[in-house]
Amino acid sequence: MNYPLHLAILVLLWGYIYTSWSLMGRLGLVSFGHGAFMGIGAYTVVMLWNHFGLSPWLGAIAAFVFSAVVAIVIGWPCFRFRIVGHYFALVTLALSEVTRLIFIAARDHTGGSLGATPNGALVDGTSASLWALQFSSKLPWLLIVTALWLFGLWVWRQVDRSMGRLALQAISEEEEAAASIGIHVTRAKLRITIISALMTCAGGILYAQYQLYVNPDTVSGIAISLQMVFGVIAGGMFVMLGPTVGAAFTLLLAEGLRLAFGNRYPALDATIYGVMLVLFIIYMPKGILGAALEGWKAARRRKAAPA
Amino acid sequence: MSEIFDIYLLEAVLNGLLLGGLLALLSLGLNLVFGVIDVVWICYAELIMCGMYAVYYLYVQYHWPLVLAMLAAIALVALLGWILHQFVIRPVLNAEPINQLLVTGGVLFFLQAAATLVFGIEFKNLGVTLPSVRLGEMSFSAARLVAFGAALGGVVGLWLFLSRSYLGTAIRAISQDRAIMPLMGVDPGRIFALTSALGGGLAGLASCLLVLQYDIHPSIGLSFGPITFLICVLGGLGNMLGGFIAAFIFAQFIAVGGFFFAVEWGYVIAFIFFIAMMFWRPRGILGK
Repeated sequence: MNYPLHLAILVLLWGYIYTSWSLMGRLGLVSFGHGAFMGIGAYTVVMLWNHFGLSPWLGAIAAFVFSAVVAIVIGWPCFRFRIVGHYFALVTLALSEVTRLIFIAARDHTGGSLGATPNGALVDGTSASLWALQFSSKLPWLLIVTALWLFGLWVWRQVDRSMGRLALQAISEEEEAAASIGIHVTRAKLRITIISALMTCAGGILYAQYQLYVNPDTVSGIAISLQMVFGVIAGGMFVMLGPTVGAAFTLLLAEGLRLAFGNRYPALDATIYGVMLVLFIIYMPKGILGAALEGWKAARRRKAAPA
Repeated sequence: MSEIFDIYLLEAVLNGLLLGGLLALLSLGLNLVFGVIDVVWICYAELIMCGMYAVYYLYVQYHWPLVLAMLAAIALVALLGWILHQFVIRPVLNAEPINQLLVTGGVLFFLQAAATLVFGIEFKNLGVTLPSVRLGEMSFSAARLVAFGAALGGVVGLWLFLSRSYLGTAIRAISQDRAIMPLMGVDPGRIFALTSALGGGLAGLASCLLVLQYDIHPSIGLSFGPITFLICVLGGLGNMLGGFIAAFIFAQFIAVGGFFFAVEWGYVIAFIFFIAMMFWRPRGILGK
């Protein structure tokens, strides 16, 4: 029972994080730096808990403030000076490497590349500590991540219906033209960046608390940032459930191959996944769900039209 | 006491200079491809990894002479560059620019995973140690000196090729105006394929020098890939001279920063410097 539960938790949690990334990605802000926000969330909370005994609930507030500051410090000049496309991707890539290297370099406090474990709060047979955000059973986690995932979809819908989304869509198509009709480009971009960064940060916090382990390479840096980008591409970044489909697809692919071949072929799943990514981007840029929905719509149109 | 301090600092600065040569060589092929085809190969460092494995297997397993193994590796990576262009880049050449960036990211994923699958995650070492060169009280790795020389040679060679030969002229012309050149009888498709092979060959050259200094493992690309992109961007994507200068700036930050603090802090300082420079000169230090 624990194993399917574990898979469901991971799919929902990653689905939520991918959804957070897509809020920016689908509007032309392709960030390679979201590992930074995930890492800030994970490390801030674990470090404050380990060194100062501060509850993750309070640590989360610090992590949010911290993420927002980083998002503004990086985002504002990027948007103000019209750093877009390749350049935006590579500046954010530098950001995610900076956070990863800081976690490694501050090894006296963070444990360096070996990672760190939050001090256990579950002593004397207690099975749950809400204060420490640690639970010995997986059921509370499923409830928490489901709620978070639904919240992510709700944010997506709110953004979709807002004026801001229209403004950002205009910006992503023709930035100068959008500015000329009175859209405040910098403000519009910064707003969505902060929303996306804070949501990713929350994902990082829960990921660390669920795994009870943080490691510079698994919560920040280029590898995790690319994982987010590609998960979203696989699922489809222009439809609400696309990122979640991407998370489910990648996880089930990995687990399916592991069940089929055992551990005889390490990285077989990643190899197949890499090939599929290349094919997706070339032939199916809307992702699995995007392409499926399009096919379904086309089929319905054919049926509706008289032969 | 202060005298010893200074000589170690000087050693760090000079080692930074040598590292700069290596980084300049690393960024050369990527910059060429970007300048001509307008595509960033995110998987560039993984191509270098392939070259390193090629040298390792030919030299250690099949007992080829080292120089021959290296030449074969350069040819192999040049072929990989050509394949990458023909089968991955060409289909998305007219898609949105960000898709071109992402598709090579997919190749990065594939190469890294395939290397794990085929070669395993063990660190592999060529087992060749070049002696260290002593100069007064300072010592330098001979491998780095060789790399520095090769970097200079690569830069000069590439410059001569681009400025003196017919093909080089065609490459430069295409990078200046993609639309007009077909009218002059230059086939852009052929020039792009040739440039990709040349970029791959330069990646192969870099792999020969890296393999002398570093252990090979499937995720080695991630450890020097980011810095290679950042050097190209800092120099102005496609600007060779800018990339060359940027490589030496980065190397000094890493070497001197690593001298005063831990080596990771050197990288942190270099990356933060990069981000700050992007806001000051978004098109690179020599950009317009």
